[in-house]
Amino acid sequence: MQFSERWLREWVDPDIDTETLCEQLTGAGLEVDGTADAAAAFTGVVVGEILEVVPHPNADSLYVCRVADGSDSHQVVCGAPNARAGMKSPFARTGAVLPGVEVCARDIRGVESNGMLCSAAELGLGDEADGILELPDACATGADVREALALDDCCITLDLTPNRGDCLSLKGVAREVGVLNDLPIQAPDCSPVPARIDDRFPVEIVAGEGCPRYLGRVVRNVDTGKSTPLWMMERLRRSGLRSIDPVVDVTNYVMLELGQPLHAFDLGMLHERIIVRMAEEDERFTLLDGSQVDLDDETLLITDARGPVAMAGVMGGERSAVQESSRDIFLECAFFAPLKVMGTARRYGMQTDASQRFERGVDYALQEAAIERATRLLLDVVGGDPGPTVVTESAGDVPQPPSVRLRRSRLDLLVGEEVPEADVDRIFSRLEFSPRKTDRDGQAGWEIAAPSHRFDIAIEEDLVEEVCRIHGYNQVADSYPLGELSPRTIPRDFAGFRPMCDVLAALGYREAITYSFVAPERMQLLDPVHSPVRIANPMSRDQSVMRSNLLPGLVGALQTNLARQQRRVRLFEYGQCFPGARTEEVFRIGGIACGERAPESWSTPSAPLDFFDVKGDVERLLAMGGGSYVFEPASDPVLHPGQSALVLCEKQVIGRLGRLHPEIEESLDLGVRAFVFELDARALVEQRERQHEAISRFPSVRRDLAVVIDRAVPAREVESAVREVLGELLTEFTVFDVYEGERIDSNKKSLGIGLTLQHVSRTLVDDETNTFVDAVVSCLAERFGARLR
Amino acid sequence: MDVDDIRAEALSAVSASDSPERLDEVRVEYLGKKGKLTLLARSLRFLDPSERPAAGARNNAAKDAVVQAIEARRAALTAEQLARTLSEDVVDVTLPGRRQNPGSLHPITQTMRRIEDIFLGAGYGVVTGPEIEDDYHNFEALNLPPHHPARTMWDTFYLEGGHVLRTHTSPVQVRVMEKTRPPIRIICPGRVFRRESDLTHTPMFHQVEGLVVDEGISFADLKGTVVGFVRRFYDKEVGVRFRPSYFPFTEPSAEVDAQCVHCEGSGCRVCSGTGWVEVMGCGMVHPNVLRMSGIDAERNTGFAFGFGADRLAAFYFGVDDLRLFFDNDVRFLSQFS
Repeated sequence: MQFSERWLREWVDPDIDTETLCEQLTGAGLEVDGTADAAAAFTGVVVGEILEVVPHPNADSLYVCRVADGSDSHQVVCGAPNARAGMKSPFARTGAVLPGVEVCARDIRGVESNGMLCSAAELGLGDEADGILELPDACATGADVREALALDDCCITLDLTPNRGDCLSLKGVAREVGVLNDLPIQAPDCSPVPARIDDRFPVEIVAGEGCPRYLGRVVRNVDTGKSTPLWMMERLRRSGLRSIDPVVDVTNYVMLELGQPLHAFDLGMLHERIIVRMAEEDERFTLLDGSQVDLDDETLLITDARGPVAMAGVMGGERSAVQESSRDIFLECAFFAPLKVMGTARRYGMQTDASQRFERGVDYALQEAAIERATRLLLDVVGGDPGPTVVTESAGDVPQPPSVRLRRSRLDLLVGEEVPEADVDRIFSRLEFSPRKTDRDGQAGWEIAAPSHRFDIAIEEDLVEEVCRIHGYNQVADSYPLGELSPRTIPRDFAGFRPMCDVLAALGYREAITYSFVAPERMQLLDPVHSPVRIANPMSRDQSVMRSNLLPGLVGALQTNLARQQRRVRLFEYGQCFPGARTEEVFRIGGIACGERAPESWSTPSAPLDFFDVKGDVERLLAMGGGSYVFEPASDPVLHPGQSALVLCEKQVIGRLGRLHPEIEESLDLGVRAFVFELDARALVEQRERQHEAISRFPSVRRDLAVVIDRAVPAREVESAVREVLGELLTEFTVFDVYEGERIDSNKKSLGIGLTLQHVSRTLVDDETNTFVDAVVSCLAERFGARLR
Repeated sequence: MDVDDIRAEALSAVSASDSPERLDEVRVEYLGKKGKLTLLARSLRFLDPSERPAAGARNNAAKDAVVQAIEARRAALTAEQLARTLSEDVVDVTLPGRRQNPGSLHPITQTMRRIEDIFLGAGYGVVTGPEIEDDYHNFEALNLPPHHPARTMWDTFYLEGGHVLRTHTSPVQVRVMEKTRPPIRIICPGRVFRRESDLTHTPMFHQVEGLVVDEGISFADLKGTVVGFVRRFYDKEVGVRFRPSYFPFTEPSAEVDAQCVHCEGSGCRVCSGTGWVEVMGCGMVHPNVLRMSGIDAERNTGFAFGFGADRLAAFYFGVDDLRLFFDNDVRFLSQFS
């Protein structure tokens, strides 16, 4: 909603400046989105009268004009095709300052030009630059144009919330300003215009639910060749509307002024009568703008005997549009039900000034005033003979004002402080809410009938808001809720995720946050197993499926960084993934790493990152869970078959890690080896149970063995076998060396293992330690054919 | 050689010793079992008894002197050796240490934690919920029945099959109200999704919503809580103002502006010259919302608020394009280490 401040001040004129006015509006819930000067800054422009126009002797497209400025006359060269003798136009005298130019005397193709006749665009009054601006004859020659056109004005734009359709008019905004400043408002003349002829055009309402009220009026003998008065064009312009033709301009003007959209039909094009009904399936209709629409049966139509003439409350039709040839018009001023218009506007994607107002709710008692106001303005602008105003109503469908009770105690409770009774009375009266004091069931308060222009008043809280916002939200003193200080713990799943992220950050990973929706191809590449949850209305194809794992985001972030010359990248992300059924959401934590193992350094030889670097990081994360985790070779289509593992906890797979499959690295054009991991974050948290165990006070013994076994035997099996033999005596098992090479068989490897043994209640003696170690050696020999190296 | 000669000779040998090993040899030569002073002492028994005490005393004095000299020399040698070692074991302390590059938490995560901690400190619970929601929890239970005009306030992503990507974390509040009786004091942080993308909107962002439901909760309580939060968040006594607004799930409803912390309200690029930045929406919980989740709306009142953590992070860190947050350029991320 955009309007002229001067226009508003004709309705109500508080003694405050523009800035304060805007603050008031914003503070009352009508947010001022911006203000703009009604015209560009210029000086020295007066109303000029063109006395004579002759062709320029040396240029075909130029004219030489003689222009009177009230005290003198000047020779001016002008290129405007509309310049004519007798016309009044803004005249910038020499010395005038226009936006970006200072006007001075010039020689134009051999003719001296003393000043400049101005177009609307040159004065910042719109974009019309085809000719000079024509001023009404009533303007006094020589008067300052800024004063003549009241240009020292401000255009204020409001960003209204959808519940405040009542403020989509000067009348509505003025009402609010009146309440805020405790001033009455001054409405324009809406008194009945007596009929001069008795012509009526019949109206029948079939769809009463969509159209409870329909006022119509015939006006004959209008002169559509007249032009819209400049003052009206200026107000329309300052409200963000373009001048179309005088009839449309008048209906638009009344819409801005009172909030009631009207439509004028060419009466000569209407047949028999108006019928307001729902469209039939497959009915077609050509709109004002020439576009054709296929109607559905949810659409409310204005029709005549031959078919649709308007889409009710949205847009008129081509056939019955008022044209320059129109002599008789039929003026429509109706109340259409908000939901019906909204549905139509949405389904056809047509938001118009009319639909915007109808869908938010037009005052259902306003139609009489509006049609009289429009008639009066029409007669002023295009003349004509009005018939009587004919009201057609669908009695049961006209909204009834809801009556809502406001208890004094509830008001105090909800606001949190007491607003004086006199203030409450004043607020409701100025808002036209007709408050009535009541004292029911011992509860003092008000019974309030919502006015016909408010569609957002249904419950007590709505009234509390009215009091509160006019009283001033910022006037309410701040307080804090009082409550029991009951001891509580921070939920584990929430609290547990934080340290995981901290650990990864400490390990050198940077946290990435990527979109939860990704490109389907990328998802398919990085998860060929699950079919992803699809978005029905994605913003783009690249964001059209929900991620089933974290890899697409991590890989994408890696690519971004590789493309920006980063060579050693470590990233992690934490968040919900959607593998499969849409209700199934899992919290994952995952990472990606590439490049050198360590940052380049003077002391550490460079070495590329490998599986065990990432595994070490994963083990560090798992250590937080405190459960018992097992790594097993994985066969995962997106990971390198020889360098990938599943992470299991109590036989449940809780994650995986490994190098991306070389084919995937290739198809992503990564150019580096990328290692990834992904863990079920909840599984890590849920393992966090700890129990104290006594520490042995007796010395431990360490024995190292080098065993030669088949290359294919996993280290974990060796460890399991050792643990089986030694049981609780074994307090630590380490692999301190792995050797494969020339000094042993090519299908063998040598494992250097360190065993730390300790007894809970006594010191182990050498002999028994040796016995245990021998048992280990023979077990390994038996199970894996291992021999000592 | 008499004792004085031996003593002189020994002391000179001691001072000539240039290593602990040489010093040991000297000790053995003079003080050992067959050392010169030892042998001399043994020979005292051949002296006349009357001469013995004096000779013995001289002998002992010589021995003591040598022992002391040796100890002193040993200490000096040790000190010399230490000094030599120390002067050799010098490192260039200006060389960089052996290290991993630091990692970091995302600025939005840091912001979310900051927000969570403020409310945890005030006794609120933190609750999370599903990102894919049903229509009931995302809209209907929030006083937005199907075809409610205000549904268009959110550009919603629909999933094939009718679910939605939650447009706010309010459904988590609904889920809590369905299961819990007042008093309720919670915040719900998490990802939310809206179909919009420009400098100041990303189709995914992070929201924190708060809910307090109890007996006697007022608009003044809401104001105090919001003002308190904003000031703790910025750690500054910034100005905060409330503007009436409209949300279907609150009545009265308000938008909250905070004074721009970059220009302290004088107007700058961050606040588009207005001196204020919009930080959140809030209001008193609509009685329909309480009732739909089975809470007695006559006995209890409540307030709710919600804001974008990304926007707060942007204001806090001076980031002017929200899309940078999801670009994950490590040079950007490293600025928040």
